[in-house]
Amino acid sequence: MLGLELSFTARNVLLGATLLGVVGGVMGCFAFLRRQSLLGDALAHAALPGVCVGFLLTQSKSPLPLFAGALVAGLLGSLVILLVVRFSRLKEDTAIGMVLSVFFGIGIVLLTYIQKLPLGNQSGLDKYLFGQAATLMPRDLAVMAVLGLLVISTIVLFFKEFKILCFDPEFGASLGFPMRRLEVLLTLLLVIVVVVGLQTVGVILIVAALVMPAASARQWTESLAVMLWLAGLLGGAAGAAGAMISATVERLPTGPVIVLISSSLLVLSLLLAPGRGLLWSFIKDRRLVHRIQRENLLKDLYVIGERAEGGSWSGWEQPVPWPMLMGVRGQSSPQLSRVARRCRRRNLLSREKDGVRLTEDGLRAARGIVRKHRLWELYLTRRLELAADHVHRDADAMEHTLTDDAVAFLEEKLGFPTLDPHGQPIPALEEASR
Amino acid sequence: MNSEVAEAVSTGPGGREREPAVEVHDLTVAYHTQPVLWDVDLVLPEGELIAIVGPNGAGKSTFLKTILGLIDPITGWVKICGAGYRRRRSWVAYVPQRESVDWDFPTSAVDVVTMGIYGRLGWFRRPRKHDRELALECLDKVGIADLADRQISQLSGGQQQRVFLARALAQQAQIYFMDEPFAGVDATTERAILSLLQELRNQGKTVVAVHHDLHTVAEYFDHVVLLNMRLVAAGPIRETFTEENLQRTYGGKLTVLTQATEDLLRARAGDPSLQQPTGPPPGQS
Repeated sequence: MLGLELSFTARNVLLGATLLGVVGGVMGCFAFLRRQSLLGDALAHAALPGVCVGFLLTQSKSPLPLFAGALVAGLLGSLVILLVVRFSRLKEDTAIGMVLSVFFGIGIVLLTYIQKLPLGNQSGLDKYLFGQAATLMPRDLAVMAVLGLLVISTIVLFFKEFKILCFDPEFGASLGFPMRRLEVLLTLLLVIVVVVGLQTVGVILIVAALVMPAASARQWTESLAVMLWLAGLLGGAAGAAGAMISATVERLPTGPVIVLISSSLLVLSLLLAPGRGLLWSFIKDRRLVHRIQRENLLKDLYVIGERAEGGSWSGWEQPVPWPMLMGVRGQSSPQLSRVARRCRRRNLLSREKDGVRLTEDGLRAARGIVRKHRLWELYLTRRLELAADHVHRDADAMEHTLTDDAVAFLEEKLGFPTLDPHGQPIPALEEASR
Repeated sequence: MNSEVAEAVSTGPGGREREPAVEVHDLTVAYHTQPVLWDVDLVLPEGELIAIVGPNGAGKSTFLKTILGLIDPITGWVKICGAGYRRRRSWVAYVPQRESVDWDFPTSAVDVVTMGIYGRLGWFRRPRKHDRELALECLDKVGIADLADRQISQLSGGQQQRVFLARALAQQAQIYFMDEPFAGVDATTERAILSLLQELRNQGKTVVAVHHDLHTVAEYFDHVVLLNMRLVAAGPIRETFTEENLQRTYGGKLTVLTQATEDLLRARAGDPSLQQPTGPPPGQS
């Protein structure tokens, strides 16, 4: 008997939390892309007095009057924000902050007043603050499902129009789409999502259901359609997982658990997502640093060999002793040997008894870098008429960034030169054979 | 191609008299209570490259947006090819300023170009395969077909500008309104955009562009509108783009530019062909 009841509640919670997660995730994408996440927060807070008024008018806790009250209050909140921005000198963030706190304050006053009424059935109204998914009834779920379906199908229907509203509203207006009305429609949908989330996570935490799945999804994709799917999926998963955890572990509130799970998903996405994740850019930065270190080492070995034998292969055949290399590079021995080890792994260097030596691959790579360096120096002196002693530092940077195409273009522009501004030979591209 | 539209607009020498591309009558625009444009009366000819020139804050972008019906004027009206904007919407393409959108939006280059077709699609209909093919063609025309699937934040400034131009091409319009199409682009892109504009003109289309660089106005455009909250002057380059008019437009701010403009006017007087973009006159670079 008890087990059956528990599973009934648990099932309701699971359905409600998943539903909110999906709808909030999809809807949140638009709020996220239009940088209106906080608008969602304000509208959620603004819904509280509506719930109270709905209760006062009908003196019942059935979902329809309460949801209707929340809907009206949320829309009223968004209208106030709109009017304040248009007719006063206050900016949108101020207007949002005002509406959030004023409406919420009114809501709390009403809530306190209701608690003191001699009615008997008002207990539990405060669950709309933080949500209490365990009190979800099938009739609540039915209303939530209808509203959720309404939101999703409207988004599917107006996908193209909403997309242009988010990306380039002025262009959309020039095409003849009524952008202001679409904006109102999107705000209406946002308020409906707030209503869907009232009982599950409450007015204070709804913003999490909107923001976090959308922000997580954005990390993983570069397509709006995929982002909507992914946000719905992540939101739904976080909702379901939160519901399950709070059902199995005693005294864990559903709403906050959902928030914690979706925030963990967000942290993971921010760290790991390919392309946009922090880990990714860290690896990319490391790779760049390593490449520059490698190229600098190869370049110096080339120059050493060039000086030794006047440009013939035999100069590079001789191993370069460590102390000499350290002197040229101005680096400590451990630093240098780390770079040298990475070069050896790529078969650019070989270790000899007295030091290191360029392999054939290494020589080819080194020649390419020196070529870029000297061509760029020549370009700067010839085209920009800079003094020859001012161009070295600049070329040091450019040698790592010039592409092969750019080098070919440079060479052509300069008329296939053979000497750089300091009179040193510019190595040709294919000269590798001995 | 929308051949009906093309036929209705382009009239040969034997046809009816050419309708002006844009007629603006008594136009006054204000933001809140701050007037931005005063009493602008103007007729722009069809089939020419037209520059809108003026100092910062002169209301150039506002002028363009008012013509496009994006801003409601306080007084006055605008006609495009003899009718209001609502009826001529499908004849018009728009290239907003590049900075006006968030380029980190999750979408690809070809996707943005496809937005140019949204107007013809109307409500609810999604772009189909042939729409995508048209978008790819337009990207090809601006020389970046190979970047079609690239996420837009990974494009350079010049490439982003080309994407916007391709989107305007996808609108298959008769009149192209462009807000600073040459702003912040590299030299190669600037040449590519110019030859694209010339090609549009050769097809009988009209291009109205806000332009910032006084050095290139005479070289790139046929017709100029000098604007500084009020209309200072408008007409063919040769008659209108004079130092006197520029002084009246820019006031004291022009001192640095005067010499350069004179050079250019002199250079242009020696080379009457507007088709061939001439390099900067000697002693300029």
